[in-house]
Amino acid sequence: MLKVKTPKNPRVKRALEKRAPKLVETGKKTLILQGTKTSNTLNDVLTELYLLKKGSAIRYTRKNENIRPFESGGETSLEFFSLKTDCSIFIYGSTSKKRPDNLVIGRTYDHHIYDLVEVGVENFKPLHSFIYDKKLAPRVGSKPFICFVGEGFESVEELKHLKEVLVDLLRGEVIENLNLAGLDHAYVCTAVSSNRVFFTHCALRLKKSGTIVPRMELVEVGPSMDFVVRRHRLPNESLRKEAMKTAKDQSKKKLGDMALPNKAKGVKRERREAKMKNDPTERASKKQKEESV
Amino acid sequence: MESQNQYEVDLGNLLAFNHSHHFPSLPSSREELVKECLEEGTKLVQAIADRLFNLPSTEDVDGPIVTLPPPTTKLPRSKHLPKPKPPTKWELFAKKKGIKKRKKDKVVWDEQTGTWKRRFGYDRVDDDRDVPIIEAKMTDEPGEDPFAKRQEEKKKRVAKQDKNRLQNLKQAAKVGALPSHVQLAATALPITGTQAAPKKFTKHELGDVAGIAATSTASGGKFDKKVPGEKAPKHQGKHRKFLPVVEGSGIGSREKEQTDKVLNKLFSKHSHEILNVEKAVTAYNVKREKKQRLKHNKNVEDKSLSTSNKLKPKKQLNKKSAKKGSSKKGKAK
Repeated sequence: MLKVKTPKNPRVKRALEKRAPKLVETGKKTLILQGTKTSNTLNDVLTELYLLKKGSAIRYTRKNENIRPFESGGETSLEFFSLKTDCSIFIYGSTSKKRPDNLVIGRTYDHHIYDLVEVGVENFKPLHSFIYDKKLAPRVGSKPFICFVGEGFESVEELKHLKEVLVDLLRGEVIENLNLAGLDHAYVCTAVSSNRVFFTHCALRLKKSGTIVPRMELVEVGPSMDFVVRRHRLPNESLRKEAMKTAKDQSKKKLGDMALPNKAKGVKRERREAKMKNDPTERASKKQKEESV
Repeated sequence: MESQNQYEVDLGNLLAFNHSHHFPSLPSSREELVKECLEEGTKLVQAIADRLFNLPSTEDVDGPIVTLPPPTTKLPRSKHLPKPKPPTKWELFAKKKGIKKRKKDKVVWDEQTGTWKRRFGYDRVDDDRDVPIIEAKMTDEPGEDPFAKRQEEKKKRVAKQDKNRLQNLKQAAKVGALPSHVQLAATALPITGTQAAPKKFTKHELGDVAGIAATSTASGGKFDKKVPGEKAPKHQGKHRKFLPVVEGSGIGSREKEQTDKVLNKLFSKHSHEILNVEKAVTAYNVKREKKQRLKHNKNVEDKSLSTSNKLKPKKQLNKKSAKKGSSKKGKAK
């Protein structure tokens, strides 16, 4: 026997609808977590990545015993967390003798592991070690510039993969309208050698140049670190094809996206007027009916 | 112009990629490396900005707003594309017959109350509770309550709709196109034959049973190993107290005191004070009044006369109305 189960209140319904697969997706959430053993540096790396992603990230601070993303059977709890938190990117930190300061950045598709990149963190410089004018400090949730420098990102497969994952991680929500005054930070990734990537986070200083395009200046605000690529696992081809599907018609219902006019008082009246214009006859006809009865 | 050829720019993601750059020789120190990277980064950011600031923009209070082109870098989805919902049985039927959906008004004129009322939901038109009279028809069976029948029919309609809905949802679930807020949950396995459905124990019931089992050893479960999460038995210890019969001081004298107290009450000179006289008198009075009233009523019924008794006319009114109701019902049938 089957029973139809529906949410008891609209709040729950809305929450469920938020998680449902959508035609056009809005931003991926990131889950940041760690294994049983971490180092001080790695803790800092994880918290600072969380700070960079704040607003669309969830940080788990407990130790997680049986997560081994690259081994079969070691991904079950990761997939469960992904389902639970509705995150489709995860950053897993762990340290061991063989792989010190290890970060696994992975993505999920339908709450199953899609691909994985493992990097070691070296030469980490935390946020507080950078000294700069605090006025420049990037605001939470603003759209970043992302720069990739180096032919390694095209020629070396690992780096190419890492680049794709980093873009997915850093780009934030896909937006249509962008406020140019809100541009305030950039990520710069440089392929130093065939397996080493220098990653840094910079604030932008917009200077007058005489034309409409301001002259950009980068001020390092941190964190910065080196990623040394270790293992990586590409998605299998069929899964990739499936995941790359996009909606053919980009007809997305836009609700609440429109900027409200500044005078809030006018809204109600305007709506009523619009209604009156649309069907002035309907209400009147009802009244007539009422009188006749 | 040169920069545009050199760099790949994805304006939708504000992403730029310089694929031709490589270090001829690694910089000797960290500072130099950082410096060079920042320089390269600045060039790329500038390249994005060149394009970005040249896009048509609209002025806003907060700053110029540009419309970004869709991103060109293909990235995987996080969830599968939503699957189209299969048509319901009615939708199929309607399509076959060419039935089209018509818009209905939200409010309808209600003849019963003479007001505009909602078509469905709270305070709806033609509500069961608003129908005071149902006219009798030739086809009506005698001995049947038309109001109850009406309710029964409504219940049946609702049940049928529920069944249809479940069927359609099952079809949708097969394709994996259930609405996001609906779950189909198994209630219980269908039971064949005379076997009753197994009863589900609640957490507390299970706990009680476990408690009984744990305390049914000779020692009352005192030396048993506790299961993690097991609670202590609920009613532990003595419920009845037997005081020692042997005389002594303290607890030994308690038993004697108890019996003395009872005996003293019974044998005392003022034993009549145990009785609450006032209460007894009122109880007697009430009883007598009741008797009288009964007698009086009998007399009235015999004579069928309305006398000065205040209670009586009310009673008759009630009886009358009851009779009326029954007669009306008879009519309706």
